Amino acid sequence: MDPPWTQSDPLLTPRPYRVTRNRRELQDTVTLELESGDGAPLSFSAGQFNMLYLFGIGEVPISISGSPHEPDPLVHTIRSVGAVTKAICGLKRGQTLGVRGPFGKGWPLEAAIGQDLVLIAGGIGLAPLRPAVRQVIAQRDRYGKVSLLVGARTPKDLLYLAELKEWRSRFDLQVLITVDSAGADWRSHVGVVTMLISKAEFEAGETVAMICGPEVMMRFCVAELRKRGVVAENTYLSMERNMKCAVGYCGHCQFGPTFVCKDGPVFPLARIEPFFRMRGV
Amino acid sequence: METIDAVIAEHPFFKGLDPSVLRIVGGCGSNVRVNAGEYLFHEGDEAERFYAVRHGMVALEIYVPQRGQVTVQTVGAGEIIGWSWLFPPYVCQFSARAVEIVRATSFDGACLRKKCDEDTAMGYELMKRLAHVVSQRLEATRLQLLDIYGPAVDTK
Ligand SMILES: Cc1cc2nc3c(=O)[nH]c(=O)nc-3n(C[C@H](O)[C@H](O)[C@H](O)COP(=O)(O)OP(=O)(O)OC[C@H]3O[C@@H](n4cnc5c(N)ncnc54)[C@H](O)[C@@H]3O)c2cc1C
Ligand code: FES
Repeated sequence: MDPPWTQSDPLLTPRPYRVTRNRRELQDTVTLELESGDGAPLSFSAGQFNMLYLFGIGEVPISISGSPHEPDPLVHTIRSVGAVTKAICGLKRGQTLGVRGPFGKGWPLEAAIGQDLVLIAGGIGLAPLRPAVRQVIAQRDRYGKVSLLVGARTPKDLLYLAELKEWRSRFDLQVLITVDSAGADWRSHVGVVTMLISKAEFEAGETVAMICGPEVMMRFCVAELRKRGVVAENTYLSMERNMKCAVGYCGHCQFGPTFVCKDGPVFPLARIEPFFRMRGV
Repeated sequence: METIDAVIAEHPFFKGLDPSVLRIVGGCGSNVRVNAGEYLFHEGDEAERFYAVRHGMVALEIYVPQRGQVTVQTVGAGEIIGWSWLFPPYVCQFSARAVEIVRATSFDGACLRKKCDEDTAMGYELMKRLAHVVSQRLEATRLQLLDIYGPAVDTK
C-alpha cells in the first residue's frame, strides 16, 4: 500500500523530499536543496513558506529561499534554534523529510511593478527575501530604483556572502550592508540596519518597502521609513508566529484578527499596525 | 576657491542656517583630507575637533583587550563626528579611522565653543542640531545593545 502522503492534499499531508545538498552557510545555519520524491517541482511565489516535517521530531514553518522561476531543487535556509530546526540542519545528503506547502501570501512583487523598491533584511530574514531579490533581478526592467539593505551581527554572520557580493557588483542594484560590530578589516557599514534607510536611494511617494527580520528591527525600520515618507500602505512585513496546521484551522498563529499562516506571513503594515506594537499579540 | 561657509552650507548638519551664522561657524573650520587607513583622532586624545564628513566613510573604533580594535559604528558623507569637544575633560572616547579617502570640514572645538558662548542664539541652534544627532545615535546604540539577531548557536 502507498504511504498516506503520496495520495493526498499537499497542504495537509507531507510529501517526501530527499536532501540533495546540505551547505553550511554560517555556524548555526544551513541551506538544504531538496528533490521531490515524485519529481514534480513545487511552484511557489516569493515570500511563501513550507512546513518541514521530521518524523518523530516535529514540524516547523520555513520560508522558501530559492528562485520562484527555478523551483527545482526546492531550497530552504534554516537556522538551528531548537529541537526541530537542529535536526533539520543535521540532515545529510540522501535523507528525507516531509514537506507541506507552499503556504501563505508572499511579497507584493506584482503590485509593486513600476515602483522603487527598498528591501530590508536582518539576520536570517534575508532567506525569505532572497526569492524576491532574485525575481526582481530576473525582471529588473519592471521596477524603478532597487535598494537592498542587509544587517547582521558580525561579518561572520552574513548569509549568502558570495551572492551578496555578486548583487553588490551590479549597477542596477544598491546593496548596503551593515553589521553590529566588526574588526578593522571590515570595509562596509557598522551600526543598526535602520541607519541604512537614510542612505537608500528611492522616491518615497513611489516606493514599496519589504522588511524581514526580528520584530523589534522591523518596528524601528517602519519608523525610519515613515520619516522618509514611505506610507504604511506601501510597507510590507513578514511576520512570524508559532504554527501547527498552516491552513487557518487551529488558530496557533493568530495575530490580532488575522492568521499569519493564511493571511500572511507578508502583511501590509496598514493592515496590522494597530496590533503590531502590542505586547503579547 | 569655495569658502568654508559655502562648502558647509551644503552639508545636512548645517542646512538652513543663516548665511551670517555659516560665516561665523566657517571661521572655525578648515577642509581636510584623510587617506584610507589614517586616523582623524585616537581614543584618549584631547578632543579638539569636530568633523562634518562630506565624502567617504569613517570607522569609530574602541580598543577591546583580547579583541583589538573593534568598530562599533561607521559614519559617512552628510554626517558629523565628535562631540567630546563640547564637555570637559575634552577627551576623545573613540578612535576615528578613515575606511576610504575622507573629505571633511574640521572645526576647532575651542573656537566653536567661544563663538557659541558669545552668540547664545547661534549656540542654541547648533546644540539642538547636535542633540538631535546624539539622540539618533543613542537610539541606534540601544538597538545594537539588544543584540536582535541573537547569538550564533553551534550545531556541530
Ligand atoms: C512564516 C515563517 C517563516 C519562517 N522562515 C524561516 C526560515 O526561512 N528559516 C529559519 O531558520 N526559520 C524560519 N522561521 C522560524 C522557524 O519556524 C522557527 O525557528 C522554528 O519553528 C523553531 O522550531 P524549533 O523546534 O527548532 O525550536 P523551538 O523549540 O520551537 O524554539 C527554540 C528556541 O528558539 C526560539 N525561537 C523559536 N522560533 C524562533 C524564531 N522564529 N526566531 C528566533 N527564535 C525562535 C524559541 O523562543 C526558543 O527559545 C519561520 C517562521 C515562520 C512563522
Ligand atoms: S497555524 Fe493553524 S491557523 Fe495558522
